[in-house]
Amino acid sequence: MEIRLTLNGKVVCADVRPDTLLLDFVRQQGCVSVKRGCETANCGLCTVLMDGKPVLSCSTLAARADGHTVQTLEGLQAEAADFVTFIADQGAEQCGFCNPGFVMNTIALLRENPDPTDDDIRAFLAGNLCRCSGYEGQLRGIRAYLDSRKK
Amino acid sequence: MLRIKTYARPQTLQEAWELCQKKGSVVLGGMLWLKMQNRAVTTAIDLQDLGLDKIEETKQEYRIGAMVTLRDLETHEGLNALTHGAMADCVKHIVGVQFRNVATVGGSLWGRFGFSDVLTLFMVMGARVELYRGGVMTVEEFAARPRTERDLLVRVIVPRKPMKAVYLSQRNSATDFPVLTCALCERDGEITCAVGARPAQAVCLKGLPDDPEEAAEVVAGELHFGSNLRAGAEYRARICRVLVRRGMAALLEQED
Repeated sequence: MEIRLTLNGKVVCADVRPDTLLLDFVRQQGCVSVKRGCETANCGLCTVLMDGKPVLSCSTLAARADGHTVQTLEGLQAEAADFVTFIADQGAEQCGFCNPGFVMNTIALLRENPDPTDDDIRAFLAGNLCRCSGYEGQLRGIRAYLDSRKK
Repeated sequence: MLRIKTYARPQTLQEAWELCQKKGSVVLGGMLWLKMQNRAVTTAIDLQDLGLDKIEETKQEYRIGAMVTLRDLETHEGLNALTHGAMADCVKHIVGVQFRNVATVGGSLWGRFGFSDVLTLFMVMGARVELYRGGVMTVEEFAARPRTERDLLVRVIVPRKPMKAVYLSQRNSATDFPVLTCALCERDGEITCAVGARPAQAVCLKGLPDDPEEAAEVVAGELHFGSNLRAGAEYRARICRVLVRRGMAALLEQED
């Protein structure tokens, strides 16, 4: 079946199988920041923005994205650049595998709530798992970024 | 692995219902549970073009479309004002925001899962479910119907009558399935409690005493609890007393 969607600002038409996952589709389109992690909808590695909302691409059919707008980290480099150095400064991205998912969901958080509390951050990022860290590094990095914006 | 032969986006409920009658067809909710199954689907029916992703308000009720996401419930001001925040409390532990942006009200209810947080709260609130062919019925009546019937869950209808409501759950870890779900509601002077993840489906007890200790004993004494990998029956019974007692205390503190 043919689908047509806007991926990172560009209209993409493609022929896909009805059971192709959005995760596999965006990776075939070169968006390899989107990772295959748990495949049980728990880890957040495969997070993309669909119509501006963070969703799990491992559990979304590519066919369901037909007619919608999808963004991956490849298309949000400028928006992410603001705060990823703060996360890196805290040593939060140890192996880095979970990082794109964290960054995507942080973008969604900051769009929805530009001045979140630490509890807001913890709650919003609860669906992003990291097997290396204890999450404190990511929290410190985001907090440092938010504090820097106020100065 | 989930294999799908044909994907369909019907443009009317009648078209969706007709597709749904075919053997091997499945109506897609959020697809989170379905995707975990090793299953071949002949036709996957996506309801996204039917306008069921909205929460409509009338003077008497909220009409929550089947494709409304759990995140929509969590952030809806009206529903959270009506339930004193219980709506958000009910879904906030379900995995993460990305998951809740995908999971739908229809999918969560149609499965009538024992662990369903949403089923527990809607049941205690006196919500009704509208099926395309089956008509409108209470959530309790819907929960008792056979899962094998081929119908469409169109919407959930929540009465906008003033209520007090509390939602509590116990989990082994923060975003895990619940070990026990507990919702309490006071409407028209009557206190109702629903307990789910026993691990069986949620059930409702009406006309509870307004003393937290007494209510906790009544609920824990009348309900049957079972064991599974997450918890034993005895533990669930003890947790039930605690959640009902805490929930009652919080309910009594709420202002009308």
